[in-house]
Amino acid sequence: MKNSKTTAHHSAKKAPKPESSASLAWKRVQLARHPQRPFALDYIEKIFTGFTEIHGDRAFGDDHATITGFAYLDEQPVVVVAQQKGRDTKENIKRNFGMPHPEGYRKAMRVMKMAEKFKKPVIAFIDTPGAYPGLGAEERGQAEAIARNLLEMAKLRTPVIAVVIGEGGSGGALGIGVANKVLMMENSIYSVISPEGCAAILWNDREMIQQASDVLRLTAEDLLSFKIIDEIVPEPEGGAHLDHDRAAQNLKKALEKTLKPLLALSPTALEAQRYEKFRAMGVFQEK
Amino acid sequence: MVWYKNPKKGITKTLGKKQVRVPEGLYAKCKGCSAILYNKELDKNYKVCPKCGYHYQLSSLERLYLTVDSGTFEEFDEQLVPKNPLNFPEYEEKVKKGQEKTKMPEAVVTGLGKIHGQPASVAITDFQFMGGSMGSVVGEKITRAIERAIEKKIGMVIVSASGGGARMQEGIYSLMQMAKISAALGRLDEAGLPYISVLTDPTAGGVAASFGMLGDVNLAEPGAMIGFAGPRVIEQTIRQKLPKGFQRSEFLVDHGFVDAIVPRSFMKETLGKYLKFFKP
Ligand SMILES: [Zn+2]
Repeated sequence: MKNSKTTAHHSAKKAPKPESSASLAWKRVQLARHPQRPFALDYIEKIFTGFTEIHGDRAFGDDHATITGFAYLDEQPVVVVAQQKGRDTKENIKRNFGMPHPEGYRKAMRVMKMAEKFKKPVIAFIDTPGAYPGLGAEERGQAEAIARNLLEMAKLRTPVIAVVIGEGGSGGALGIGVANKVLMMENSIYSVISPEGCAAILWNDREMIQQASDVLRLTAEDLLSFKIIDEIVPEPEGGAHLDHDRAAQNLKKALEKTLKPLLALSPTALEAQRYEKFRAMGVFQEK
Repeated sequence: MVWYKNPKKGITKTLGKKQVRVPEGLYAKCKGCSAILYNKELDKNYKVCPKCGYHYQLSSLERLYLTVDSGTFEEFDEQLVPKNPLNFPEYEEKVKKGQEKTKMPEAVVTGLGKIHGQPASVAITDFQFMGGSMGSVVGEKITRAIERAIEKKIGMVIVSASGGGARMQEGIYSLMQMAKISAALGRLDEAGLPYISVLTDPTAGGVAASFGMLGDVNLAEPGAMIGFAGPRVIEQTIRQKLPKGFQRSEFLVDHGFVDAIVPRSFMKETLGKYLKFFKP
């Protein structure tokens, strides 16, 4: 989410040497972006039954990088919001490489409000390099769309669970991520800026992505230790791309376990828990 | 700086020559129209070019003097200073540089005061402090300022000057400040209290995509760059030049995201008018 305008003046500086030739963080970045990794629709198909997709933000159009719909988790009706990447070029063009336009965030908000109205929990699947930076996206208020979702999601009087399944790219990820419980797949990443963007700013060198992946602290373990997320969902040996079924089984179990206690909470308690969760985030010194 | 009146005792001492930022020296070429401007003349005119109306950036303290009624401002939470939770390279140095440049502990000043006679909780970010970027301290100070508005049952005014958005050096903690502040604004909203967002050059990234765009009324200074993605990032993505005026205040009014463009010399009065109208 850093604006390059402010950072164009930074001179090239020597980067610190990576601690090992291929750091854990960098491996995770590669796994999180693996083209054979299960995407949102793969998980949706394997975890839920009776998925019905609905379309459109009722204002401008339908964003294909964002999927919304209704499904059942076992017997429990749930509202699904998801960011979807494509596996091949054709599908990636359709899905805009998983980068939503403002319509995507507004569609997501529309169904989340419906979830509140019909007293159904929301399950959000995060997988985006970031919200799309383009002409139309700016004209139609990408910043406003994300901002509005942050405000409205915080107020939802229904359970919300978010799970980062691949890339959690900055504000584009957070735009559907203000949840009561936030989970991360073991090899997923969640970051304020892409390693490429960070490398360009810090060292004026996009090749320094390994080092940038390290300094950003973007792994699931990092975020759990920071208390930004609540749980890490284990992936099959070698990564989720090697066994979609197993990855989906693990996530299903985690969702069932996470949802159960939330369903017992009152709408007011849910709203309060979500508010306090994000209210507590931040590290500073009070002299 | 003849147009400054002192709203906060003792603060003038910190306003050295360094606070006069653009252009430096006795005179300089205007960024807007290339006319030769004398700095004294520019200062008298609220740092707006008298010939073309170009609005130069202001520091938080300059903005404070210009926005809050003289002698009414009470600063809060100045004791909050950043840590380096990620052990991020060169972060401490950057913070120190920002502190020296701005004479502020962090990139935002917050407090209570009166604007054109109307009580308000105020937050003003400073572009010269790490691009006005938002880390944990900025997030916490603004959130507390919003909570203070709710407690006192008064309006909230945030003046944004942040090209950096969420601060990279605090990683995911910075990103989460967007949610924290937006959630607090949701509570302000439910309390029936007004929030006026003032967008100045530049306001982008995570600042635009949280409190920047969430005003009951969004006001912008003329010609300010306001957007989600930076112009360079967009150009690299779409591989074409951006049209003239793209992401400027006027563009945002045209597309329905800003209510009005308010020249600097009218901002205080305008804010006062809205605060009065919305008074609970
Ligand atoms: Zn001029």
